[in-house]
Amino acid sequence: MAVDKLQTVFSETLGLPAEVDWSALAYRKVPEWDSVAHMQLVGEIEEAFGVMLDTADVLGMSSFAAARDILSKHGVAA
Amino acid sequence: MNLLDLPQYGLPQAEKELLLRAELDRLTEHHRAHCPEYRRLLTIFGSARGTGIAGVPWLPVSVFKTHRLLSVPESEVFKTMTSSGTTGQRVSRIVLDRATAQRQAQALVAIMATVLGPDRLPMLIVDSPAVVGDRRQMSARGAGVLGMAALGRHHTYALDTDMRVDVTAIRRFLERFGDRPFLMFGFTYMVWRHLVTELGAQADLSRGVLVHSGGWKALQAQAVDNPTFKRVLRERFGLTRVHNFYGMVEQVGSVFLEGDDGYLHAPNFADVLVRDPVTWEPAPNGTVGVLEVVSALPTSYPGHAILTEDLGVVHDAGDPATGWGGTRLSVVGRLPRVELRGCGDTHAVNTGAAA
Repeated sequence: MAVDKLQTVFSETLGLPAEVDWSALAYRKVPEWDSVAHMQLVGEIEEAFGVMLDTADVLGMSSFAAARDILSKHGVAA
Repeated sequence: MNLLDLPQYGLPQAEKELLLRAELDRLTEHHRAHCPEYRRLLTIFGSARGTGIAGVPWLPVSVFKTHRLLSVPESEVFKTMTSSGTTGQRVSRIVLDRATAQRQAQALVAIMATVLGPDRLPMLIVDSPAVVGDRRQMSARGAGVLGMAALGRHHTYALDTDMRVDVTAIRRFLERFGDRPFLMFGFTYMVWRHLVTELGAQADLSRGVLVHSGGWKALQAQAVDNPTFKRVLRERFGLTRVHNFYGMVEQVGSVFLEGDDGYLHAPNFADVLVRDPVTWEPAPNGTVGVLEVVSALPTSYPGHAILTEDLGVVHDAGDPATGWGGTRLSVVGRLPRVELRGCGDTHAVNTGAAA
């Protein structure tokens, strides 16, 4: 499932604990998702889903839900 | 905000000043209503008067060292930026909510798009990965690198963790990306010290766009000014697209970017003026004085009009038809007798003692 794939990218890149409240996961709301990790996350998502995110996407990816919206904008069901 | 959405440097100065003054007046009232300390400071520093940018009440930058000023509830504080003062010096504390931080990041993108285009380019960072290594205590230099990182992809550090030029990393980067436009970012002194003086091998950087900042203080001692800096980069690496910028932690995102004419230019949503250091009245164009910077970005802290501790000269506004409108600025240096501060110089000072 694509949702699992995006969750996997987030979990592995950020090193998240096993239990994650995906609906609440947001940039800088958890210590793992800081500005350094954010750029790693962008790179990993681009690689995993074969997309090229623009700067507006990078700045707008402020939550897990926003990441899913951005991917669907790029035509990826996630 | 339409000043952010419009192409930067495209507005005639008179029109831009009217729009910006209206935004700044709104911010003065916003901060007066939401920041009690600012309201008290205004009784010292005065209220809005007259027309033009100079009529907006300003705060000296030093108040951000003595006061933690915020115009949002404590619960909305997203992050606090601090300036790069060394041990024993007081640092500025700038309180950001999510909206202000987001607006700052968007502003930087809008400005840099002028010289980088709309795409995220492969990015060579003229610094060490160690600069962003301590994530609990991010230095001003690290924050600068991260602020620019959103504009790039395939981020590659040109220096290793021992602050030595990583020739292999640079060669690999250029083999992969060197035949198309790519972004280079670094602090001015780092570019000179490490790229120019240590990268002995000839590298072809002719497709690069270098954006650099952090002040000229460390280079002035070596008699390196901006024309010399650009000439050496051109001769040695074929690097011709080089843009300095002036900015400060108290107004992140509001940067003054060097145009094709060699002057720093104010973007739509910010401006700069010079004040006479004795009367504090606006000084005529072409006169050296103390720089005041104004910005429409800050809503979480009352930093929309700040008198800096920098000296500079304002020139007639650029012509929007050339693509480089906006007030033109030259920064001369620091005011005498103020604290030494400048994020690009931190490393220079540290390694200078050991060298």
